[in-house]
Order: sequence, then C-alpha cells, then structure tokens
Amino acid sequence: MPIVDGISFDLTFIWAFLIALAVLIYVVLDGFDLGLGMLFAAERKRGDRDVMMNSVAPVWDGNETWLVLGGGGLFAAFPLAYALILPALYAPIIAMLLALIFRGVAFEFRWRTERWRGVWDIAFIGGSAVAALSQGIALGGLLQGIEIDMTARAYAGGWWDWLTPFSVTVGVAVMVGYMLLGATWLVMKTTGDLQDRMRRRAWFLGVVTVGFIGVVSLWTPFLQEGYYSRWFSSWGIGLATLVGLAVLTLAGLMFRALYVHRHDYWPFILALAMFALCFVGLGMSMFPYIVPTEVTIYEAAAPRNAQIFMLVGAGILLPIILAYTAYAYWVFRGKVDPEAGYH
Amino acid sequence: MLESFDAVLLARIQFAFTVSFHFLFPAFTIGLASYLAVLNSLWLWTKDHKYLDLFRYWVKIFALAFAMGVVSGIVMSYQFGTNWSVFSDRAGPVIGAPMAYEVLSAFFLEAGFLGIMLFGRERVGPGLHMVATAMVALGTFFSAFWILSVNSWMQTPAGYSIDPDTGQFLPENFWEIIFNPSFPYRLMHTVTAAYLTTAFIVGGVAAYHLLRRRRRREQPSEATKTMFSMAMWMAAIVAPVQIFLGDLHGLNTLEHQSVKVMAMEGHYESHPNGAPLYLFGIPNDETQTLDYAIGIPNLSSLILKHHWDAPLDGLDTIPDEDQPPVGIVFWSFRIMVALGFAMMGVGLWSLWARWRGRLFEAPWLHRAALAMSPSGLIAVLAGWVTTEVGRQPYTVYGLLRTSESAAPLDAAAVGTSLVAFIVIYFAVFGAGTFYILRLMGHPPVFGEPKLGEVVKGPIRTAGITPAPEEAVRRPNAVNPGE
Ligand code: HDD
Ligand code: HEM
Ligand code: HEM
Repeated sequence: MPIVDGISFDLTFIWAFLIALAVLIYVVLDGFDLGLGMLFAAERKRGDRDVMMNSVAPVWDGNETWLVLGGGGLFAAFPLAYALILPALYAPIIAMLLALIFRGVAFEFRWRTERWRGVWDIAFIGGSAVAALSQGIALGGLLQGIEIDMTARAYAGGWWDWLTPFSVTVGVAVMVGYMLLGATWLVMKTTGDLQDRMRRRAWFLGVVTVGFIGVVSLWTPFLQEGYYSRWFSSWGIGLATLVGLAVLTLAGLMFRALYVHRHDYWPFILALAMFALCFVGLGMSMFPYIVPTEVTIYEAAAPRNAQIFMLVGAGILLPIILAYTAYAYWVFRGKVDPEAGYH
Repeated sequence: MLESFDAVLLARIQFAFTVSFHFLFPAFTIGLASYLAVLNSLWLWTKDHKYLDLFRYWVKIFALAFAMGVVSGIVMSYQFGTNWSVFSDRAGPVIGAPMAYEVLSAFFLEAGFLGIMLFGRERVGPGLHMVATAMVALGTFFSAFWILSVNSWMQTPAGYSIDPDTGQFLPENFWEIIFNPSFPYRLMHTVTAAYLTTAFIVGGVAAYHLLRRRRRREQPSEATKTMFSMAMWMAAIVAPVQIFLGDLHGLNTLEHQSVKVMAMEGHYESHPNGAPLYLFGIPNDETQTLDYAIGIPNLSSLILKHHWDAPLDGLDTIPDEDQPPVGIVFWSFRIMVALGFAMMGVGLWSLWARWRGRLFEAPWLHRAALAMSPSGLIAVLAGWVTTEVGRQPYTVYGLLRTSESAAPLDAAAVGTSLVAFIVIYFAVFGAGTFYILRLMGHPPVFGEPKLGEVVKGPIRTAGITPAPEEAVRRPNAVNPGE
C-alpha cells in the first residue's frame, strides 16, 4: 500500500496533524528539560547544578503544558483512541505521571531546604529518568500494537502487554535522545567548564542516539505486517533511504557545529531537527492509523461539529500561545549567569 | 463480576483521592493569584513598600503551591483515560472540546506568564510584569471556568444527542453544553469559595504573627497589619455573599438533581405537609430512616420552596439502586454550611473590632482567625464530596452509570497505582506543605527577599528560586521595620 493512500486534507487529518504537532513540541521542549534532569546525575558540583536548573526554571511549566495539550487534544479529537490507548499503556503512563510529580516539585523544593536538597536532587534525576523511560516505553508499546475488542470499543489485553524487548529499547532510546537535547541546550545556555563538559557529552550522546535511531528504524517494519509492506514497497524503500540520509546529514552537521566550529546554538537546533525528522518517519509508519494497525484516525474521530468548534479555538489561540511562549523564551535568553540568576 | 466491581470501586477511590488533593491547590492559588495581582497594583499605584514586601512574601508561597497544583493536575487529565476509558469514549465528543479549550486558554496562559511573574520583574520592567501577573490570575479563572463547565455538564447534561450505534454522546449545541443549567451557579460558588479559602489562609498567617508579636510585646509590622485587614474585609463581605450563592446553588440543584437534595437534607420520607430542616441525625441506609433526628419543623420547605407547608418528596419515591449514599452527603453538606456560617461570624466580629478601632489588638479575634485558617480548604472538599457523592450512582447524571464508566482494568492494576498515589502524594505534598508552613512561620519583613534571593552571611549571592532558611532569618539590624 503506498504511503500517500488516504491523505486528504479534511478536518480529521488536520486534527491528527495538530495533535502530532503538540506531541512533537512536547517531546523537544520537555525533552531537553528531562534530559537536563538526567544529566544532573553526572554534575555533582552544587554551583553547576544551580546553573543547570536555572536555565529551565522559568520555562519548564510551559514546556510540560504541551503534554497536557497532547493528552487533552487526543481526548477531545479522538476520544476512542484515548479510551483504547491509555488503559493499554496503564503502567507506563502512571509511572510517567508519578515521575513528573517528583521532577516538577523538585524545581521548587530544592531551594527550600538545605538538609534535604540532596533528596530533591535525586527526585529530580530519578523523576526525569523514569518519565523519559516511560514515555519511550509507551511509544514502543503503541507502535508494536495493542489488543482491542472493537465490538466492546475497549482494550482487550492484559496490563503487562506493553512490556517487550522492543518497547524497552525504545524507552532507552528516548532517554538517550533526551539527554542529547539536554546537553546541547546546556552548550547553548552555559559557559566555561560546564559548557566544555556538555560538548563532550553531546558528542557521545549524539553517536549513541544515531545508533538507537538506526536500531529502532530497522526493527519497526518487522513488528506488524502493515509497517513491513509499507516500508518495503518501492516507494517505502526510497523514502526510508531519504529519511535515513537526512538524519545522518543532520547528525554530521551537529557534530561539526559542536567540535569544528564550537558553535553554541547550532548543535541544539540541529538536534531538534533530528528529532523532528524521526517524528516524521514515525508518522509515516503509523498514518492513517491512530492505534496501529487496528483503528484509523477516521474511525476514532470526534464528530464534525466538535472538530470545527475546537478548530476555531485552536486557530485563534495557538498562534497567540506560540507568540507569548516565544516571548517568554526571549525574556530569558542568553547565558545563565551563575552569580546573578534571574530576578 | 465481583472482580470488575472491585476495579470500579478502586478507580472511584483513586479518582476521589487524586482530585481532592488536586483541588486543594487550585482552591488556594486561584485566590492567591488574584491577591498577588492586587498587591502588585497597589505597589505600583501607591509606591508604599509594604505592598511590594507582601507581594514578595506571598509569591514564594504561590510558587510552591502552584507547582503542586500543576503536577497533580496533569495526573487528573490522564486519569480520565486510564481509569474511566468507557466514560471517555462516550462523553469525549461532548466534554473533550471544553477541556481542550481549558488547555489552550488557561494552562498555557498561566504557564507562559508564570516565569515572567516569578523571575522577570527586573527584566521586563514594572508594566509588563504587572501584565504577566494579571495574566496568571486570569488563567486560573479560565481554568476554573472550563473545568467547572465540564463537571457541570456531567451533573446537568444539556445540548447533546446519543448515537444509537456507539452509545456516544454527540454535541448538538455547544452553547447549551457549556452554559448548562448548573454551570453558572457552580462557577460563582466555586470561585467565591477559592477567594474565601485564600482570605482565611492569609488572615490566619497574619493573625499568627499578630499573636506572636503581642506575646513578645512588640509592635507588628505594617505589612502584617495590612494583610490582616485585607483578609478580614474579604471575610466580612464575601462570606455572606457565598452563603447567598450557596442557597441559589441549592435551589438549582433541587430543580435538576432533586435526589441529591433529598440526601443532603436527610429526607428519607416524603413530607406532604411541609418538610423539617434536620440539624442532626444519623442516616441509616439499611432502614431508610434518619435516626436520632433533631429538626426544625417546616423550615426545609421554607428554604427550598419558600412556603411553610410546601410538600417535598423523599427518597421513598426513588428506587434503591438510584439513590446516593446518604450518610456521606448529609454530613459533608453540614460541614460546609457550618463553616460558611463560621466564616461569616469571623467577618462580622472583625467589623465590630474594626469599628472599635481594635482590629490589631483583639487577641481572641486573632485566635479565631488562626483556628479558621484551614476552614476554606475543608469547606471546598466537603462541598465537592456533597456534589460528587450526591450525584451517584451516575457519572453523566441520569444517563451513564458509574459502574458502566470504568476502564476494563484488573483490580490489581488499579489497586497498585492507588497505593502508589497515596504514598507519593502524602510524602511529596506533605513535604511541600511543610515548606509552605515554614515560610508562613516567618513574618513578612521590610525589604522582603525576592523569590530568587539567597542571603548568605554578609555576602549576597543569588540563584533562581532559592530563599532557604538563612534568607528568611535576616539579621534584625537590616530591618528596622520589624
Ligand atoms: C469556601 C468554600 C465554601 C463554603 C463556605 C460554602 N460552600 Fe457550598 N460548595 C463549595 C464551597 C463552599 C464548592 C467547593 O465550591 C462546591 C462543590 C461543587 C460546587 O459546585 O461548589 C459547593 C457545593 C455546594 C452545593 C452542592 C450543589 C450541587 O452539587 O449541585 C450546595 C447546595 C452548596 N454548596 C450550598 C452551600 C451553602 C448553603 C453554603 C453556606 C452556608 C455553602 N455552600 C458554603
Ligand atoms: C476538584 C474538586 C473535586 C472533588 C473534591 C471531587 C470529588 C469526587 C469524589 C469524592 C468522587 C467519588 C464519588 C463516589 O465514588 O461516590 C468523584 C468522582 C468523580 N468525579 Fe469528581 N470531584 C471534583 C471535581 C471533579 C471535576 C471537575 C470533574 C470533571 C471534570 C469530576 C469528575 C468526576 C468523575 C468522572 C468521577 C468518577 C465517577 C464517580 O465516581 O462519580 N470531578 N469526585
Ligand atoms: C478532574 C478534573 C480536573 C482536571 C482533569 C484538571 C487538570 C489540570 C491540569 C492538567 C493542570 C496542570 C496545568 C498546567 O500544566 O499548567 C491543572 C492545574 C490547575 N487546575 Fe485543575 N483539573 C481538574 C480540576 C480542577 C478544578 C475543579 C479547578 C478549579 C475550579 C481546577 C483549577 C486548576 C488551576 C487553577 C490550575 C493551575 C495550577 C494551580 O493553580 O494550582 N482544576 N489542572
């Protein structure tokens, strides 16, 4: 089946696109927050940790809100998919929610106590790591397919079905990828020794990330018949090669920006682009399914009048949101000053 | 069957537990965000330093409470899918849209401007900082607007049709869905509740410091006095308003969910010649009687129907399987109402003390205000328990039963996650509450340190949110005002 089958620019497609976009924005934005949280483990000096946390403190809440939009948007635009996927991925999702609690409160709590600071630092690291791992596992669990009973419109599997070598591999891949984002973010936001260390880490993490992208991409087609026939059709092979080459090019450019040009901004931007590209590849595997390969976006879609009602709001509010989010980043632009912090 | 019942029960406990915890934080932060906006405007307007000190004092507490509100809220938005997937599939087409509007219009607004409000005063200047503070407050209101609309639709569904094939609720008219019959009342009553909650917390903190100063025979600071005065004005004016709104809300509930009112009133039996207002009693669902009842004859008819002898139906007209558990509703309602009147009492007392010019020298009033500081939080929880338990056994009132709403999960899965939520919530939010109380334990001082300021010995350095112990215990020499 050619990949372009079934594309039509209707409301359902627009909503699928918007939700995918919200998830992508979440992944890259909270990705660097969570990656930074994991990198905390390796930076033991208190001053360095303060700087790291200060670099995201004014924006992390906004970043996490994209996750709420992804979940809430799925509920609103594809209620059936929301009802099928969440029970299927029960354990990883609950783990993610609990981990995000630890991660989120650590931002405030670690400044409120001397004696327990170490404990909240561990909460920050552990929360970030578990959240990243569970998000990856959830993605893997969804990609490999879930068992559903369409007459009952319900999930029909057990509560450990998500646990497979594939889903765990994706989980680890996401952890490493997030750490790459975090390291390149810090190259952009810090100076001196800390920045040098982050350059080195970004290099290493970049290599491992590219490796994982390769493994997961080669593994995916063998999970379900639908993916296989898609990627190994004449069309698919061409496209896959193209996407693969693009990822490698971006990675190459990133390494050059990191080490040859010793650039501050470009490594982060290129790492973001790499994530976006992987996301496009993922979309091409899944489309038009929202629960692969059982339920399409059309079967799960909310009724037309609800789609229109929401599109009016999204059309007006999303540009405004993007504008003031950009403004907030702009206000806190530049290097974090280890002495002054933000006031 | 037995097993699936257990999973439903566990899911209900889990929802009740997580949403109750969540709501404690918004109940406080909705009011506090507005209070901060008021303080900041007063500072910009009067240039009186005490307002800036108060802003800085409360913004530290706000940052903690807000973070806990956010992380517990994210749990809620996923809980619909994980534990109530059948409900999500059925009701999603209708309530999904207002919830999406909540994310777009409220959560982003709060989160987008929070960073600037907390850390950006010097970076963006006073004008834009004021805008950011106002936006955060507005965001909390939008959040209440949308989520209460959704909840109210579940209580009093309107503007929908039902798909015969899938059983889904389909939206017919979004205006009717959003402004469903109970929504205006619930919105006003809940937002007012949030303001009262904050007023009593602020008033309690001020009263604590007034009492402490008095014991040490010192003068309280201007900031502390201002805080107390502002809180007592709120109590005096808003508590009576809230009682009035609550009465309207109850009348509306009588119209649309009369069974809930029967449970609230403890009316097992019908009263053809006027129903009594029961002040006390032990509801007994087995025998369908209110044991040891003490009541005022005909008063309930007067309140609900504005007639001494208006007939009122009781639960004897309702089949057993459609009745909510009466005991919980009966008592939670009484707790809320009693606290409402107690709040009004404190408000009136403060007016009296103010009139006599002794607002800041009235230790018994201060003790009462201190004792009442958590009253708002208790009242809002009691109110929600009344609302939610009173609408049982339905999730979408009269249309979708709670027992048919749950996700097809093993009881073991729900049980495990429930235990995890309980342990983690108490540990994490317990620690957060401790930090908040510790901040409250210090009075606001002249030149209150900023959110991002640490004071270490003679040298001042700064991180971003830090203000640990040392910061608040500044040497007195620096603060001639205190
Ligand atoms: C500070 C908080 C507070 C206070 C002092 C009161 N309430 Fe309340 N009440 C709430 C906070 C609240 C609430 C948390 O906001 C609820 C829960 C759901 C809702 O709609 O509002 C509520 C629900 C609620 C309901 C249930 C409506 C329904 O479920 O359909 C009624 C009838 C009342 N209230 C009536 C009153 C009366 C007569 C009060 C005064 C004496 C009163 N409330 C004081
Ligand atoms: C924030 C304050 C709230 C509190 C304290 C609260 C409390 C409760 C309680 C105690 C229950 C359990 C009732 C029972 O099992 O007998 C419950 C159930 C439920 N509530 Fe609420 N609720 C709140 C807000 C909301 C809101 C805003 C919504 C919808 C958006 C909502 C939707 C539900 C649902 C779906 C259930 C599960 C089904 C049920 O048991 O009725 N609640 N809530
Ligand atoms: C089941 C019902 C509820 C759900 C699903 C829910 C969901 C959420 C979510 C996802 C957040 C985090 C937003 C962010 O990322 O910034 C949040 C925060 C918030 N929610 Fe809830 N919520 C519920 C009940 C309520 C109720 C009943 C109110 C008020 C009447 C409320 C008011 C707020 C406010 C003001 C915030 C901002 C954080 C804070 O002030 O502590 N929520 N909620």
